[in-house]
Amino acid sequence: MAQEKTSGQANRVQESLWSRLRNHDLTYQFLRSPITVAAAVICLVLILSAICAPWLATMNPFDPKQVLLMDANIPPVWIEGGDPRFVFGTDDQGRDLYSAILYGLRVSLAIGAGGVALAAAIGITLGLMAGYFGGRTDAIIMRIADVQLTFPAILIALLVNGIVQALAKGSSRETWAFGVLILSIGLSFWVQYARTIRGSTMIEKNKDYIHAAKLVGQPTVLIMLRHLLPNVIGPTLVILTINMGLAIITEATLSFLGVGLPPTQPSLGTLISIGNKYLFSGDWWIVTFPGVTLAVFVLSINLIGDWLRDALNPRLQ
Amino acid sequence: MTEHPMITIEGARKVFDVSSPWLERVLSGQPPQYLVAVDNVSLTIGKGKTFALVGESGSGKSTVARMVTGLLPATQGRFEIDGHNLDTKHGYPRALRRRMQMIFQDPYASLDPRWRVGDIIAEPMRAFDLVPSRHEEQLRVGQLLKMVGLDPADAVKFPHQFSGGQRQRIAIARALASDADVLVCDEPTSALDVSVQAQILNLMKRLQKELGLTLLFISHNLAVVRFMADVVGVMYLGRLVETADVETLFSAPRHPYTKMLLDAVPDLAMTGRKRQPVQGEIPNPINPPSGCTFHPRCPLAQDLCKRELPRLKNGVACHLADQPVA
Amino acid sequence: MSVPVLDIRNLHVDFKTRHGVLHALNGISFSIARGEVLGVVGESGAGKSLTGSAIIGLLEPPGHITGGEIYLNGARIDGLDFESMRHIRGKKIGTIFQDPLTSLDPLFRVGEQLIETIRTHLPLDEKQARARAISLLADVGIPAPEKRIDAYPHEFSGGMRQRVVIALALAAEPDLVIADEPTTALDVSVQAQIIEVLKKLCRERGTAVMLITHDMGVIAETADRVAVMYAGRVAEIGPVRSVVKHPQHPYAQGLMGSIPPLDQRPSQLQQIEGSMPRLSAIPKGCAFHPRCPLVIDACHQTQPELRASGESFAACIRAGEAA
Repeated sequence: MAQEKTSGQANRVQESLWSRLRNHDLTYQFLRSPITVAAAVICLVLILSAICAPWLATMNPFDPKQVLLMDANIPPVWIEGGDPRFVFGTDDQGRDLYSAILYGLRVSLAIGAGGVALAAAIGITLGLMAGYFGGRTDAIIMRIADVQLTFPAILIALLVNGIVQALAKGSSRETWAFGVLILSIGLSFWVQYARTIRGSTMIEKNKDYIHAAKLVGQPTVLIMLRHLLPNVIGPTLVILTINMGLAIITEATLSFLGVGLPPTQPSLGTLISIGNKYLFSGDWWIVTFPGVTLAVFVLSINLIGDWLRDALNPRLQ
Repeated sequence: MTEHPMITIEGARKVFDVSSPWLERVLSGQPPQYLVAVDNVSLTIGKGKTFALVGESGSGKSTVARMVTGLLPATQGRFEIDGHNLDTKHGYPRALRRRMQMIFQDPYASLDPRWRVGDIIAEPMRAFDLVPSRHEEQLRVGQLLKMVGLDPADAVKFPHQFSGGQRQRIAIARALASDADVLVCDEPTSALDVSVQAQILNLMKRLQKELGLTLLFISHNLAVVRFMADVVGVMYLGRLVETADVETLFSAPRHPYTKMLLDAVPDLAMTGRKRQPVQGEIPNPINPPSGCTFHPRCPLAQDLCKRELPRLKNGVACHLADQPVA
Repeated sequence: MSVPVLDIRNLHVDFKTRHGVLHALNGISFSIARGEVLGVVGESGAGKSLTGSAIIGLLEPPGHITGGEIYLNGARIDGLDFESMRHIRGKKIGTIFQDPLTSLDPLFRVGEQLIETIRTHLPLDEKQARARAISLLADVGIPAPEKRIDAYPHEFSGGMRQRVVIALALAAEPDLVIADEPTTALDVSVQAQIIEVLKKLCRERGTAVMLITHDMGVIAETADRVAVMYAGRVAEIGPVRSVVKHPQHPYAQGLMGSIPPLDQRPSQLQQIEGSMPRLSAIPKGCAFHPRCPLVIDACHQTQPELRASGESFAACIRAGEAA
């Protein structure tokens, strides 16, 4: 009987995760900042649109059967010569820009998220190890990080691209371009995570709750994953959001330079690259709409990251 | 009755290398620098007794605590619990580790802020495979919470929902979760308000009696030590300068440092007693004074004291033990 | 009777948070006469540091004074603008904080900081100010002050640094010194030295001292009168000897009883059940009633006023009755 009473009380006392989130200070601060709320809404809309691209788009711009070369370079619908089928006009291959932007955003987001996830995974792991073990491990990892910083993402992408191209001669670009981009972004951006996590880890590992876990004989991996990681990961969220924007722009740059995705799988960057060529011939819409979409998304996510950094900063309320 | 003591520390020594980084040293020609934090400390604690190590900052008392629990490998020294040898350099076997737990000074840093209280207390139980089922574990956590004066329903809460004194109770519950019989307490009440301290000290004394716990109690507060300890060791700059049972130490202190320490405690009873003010401050432990490290501050200091380090003899380390302070 | 150096009347300080208004200080009244040391003692959350901050006009927002008056030498100082307060701080009120490491700017020599303070508030030239700084350092017991005046803070030990902080606080000859936990970060043997220095200097100069601490022993050694604070109110105030030896308020009684004695070994310490209420949950009526062994119905209704009891004043309707 007694234990039933205890667990019943426990259920009543226990705050659900949802109510904790709702009552959290962060939520409160978030709702009081109209710019951040607006930015978050925009981000959410864009992300959802990208995910639901197959349903929202009027055509699949990557399907060669749906694309007619005759429809190339049609201006937006409100300009003379426009076609109601293609609201924002078409690009040089006859792809509907509206649909191409949706699918392109999808690709950009996937690569951005994938690259950032890889960077975070590498960076957090190495940062934890460097901070926890210190000594030689720390020195080696930090020197690798220093060397890493001398290579800009573009250079790494070119390098990786060249290597993979040489190794995978024969198979078409489409299969590995995706992976190459994610790998390049991941390899370029991990250092920031590693450094931040390392600093926090060095402080946290001296706290007594870590000593208490050691006293109980917990294996090192468990201490790192279950005790240290949840307590040091906070600032990483800020880096993640801001990196997303950067990753997408990096991918766009790489595609623009031709080292990214093949033209048959255009991302926003590819579209901008294509459109750039037509800018001076007067077909401004091919570069403008994808460009604006890219800029708006990156701006929104940067605003969120900025707000998060300030909100997580301990200060008096 | 003669059984071996519960805890034995013999010749404990800890040296830290505090030299500048290698390159800097080579370029500026500095010699390597070492800090002797603990030097030749030996003590025994009988089963069910409380041994208090008292001293000021730099005395090395916390370092001794960390060596005994295995958190810090000792440079030298033999450590035993219940007759079993403890190898501080290579980690303790599970069975011994289970028997010795620690209570830390800062109640705000000794509990993982992201873990629920129930999980924090259950961690030792899980690590030592002490409970066969989740249900058993929940029962036992509830029992421990009740034992330290908290509510079993508190197990689902997070540490930040508790006050400092309550967190220290949780820390005690965690320490007892593995059925430990030796508790090393490193300044457990120093960060607490005085009325909360009274609650925690009363609790610890009661639990000690009920469970037959052996305590190594570290503190800088002499009044707390008088309340808790059976035997007291006074440390200064890494060395034991006096050990005695508690009544003797407080009624008839022998080492000049002990006398001065007792004198320096503010006079709450307002007896208006005359005091010998302590001179100077604790010297830099990297470059301690020669001979007896206390000699620059000692009113009885003589030439011998500057040359030769006194050994702990009959419980006191002083060439001039038992001389009245001027 | 001369005007007290510091006179606080019915001070109220509130914090507006998203959870509501927190009454951090609720009707604090006391005064300090010239040359007197008033100890303000209490546990964490009692509001003693907050009182100090309110006096020098450095309350952290969203805290602000919502009632009462603060008088310095008869002139009202609460509600003054920033510039006026700035002149008062340092010249009329000196402060000593707990951590000597952060009270002194590590980038400036000790002498530079002293001279800067001296010349800001007193009409002295560089040479005179330096001579005065050296004599101040000598007063606080720093050996070879003419050499040490050019040292940096990190070249001093903890106790010596705190002495420098005391010198800094007294540099402009203030009428009042507010010392917030001046000895808490120091070893016990050094504590005694610092207390001596503070007492001696303030006695010599007739400076009033407000000594904020949680350490009753330090109060017993240093203060003339003591105010015991609880949950933003003054529970008891009176001559230190009376409050320490014959506390009238049940909280003060419990507090004194929970301090382990140095001269004997009781089997258990007296303890007060429960803990100080959080600011968001202060009980109605007397803030101490949930924990009070003498509680009666009336205690739940009205906040008691300070009334004379024994040789001190206690905010309890049953003051003086032994528990």
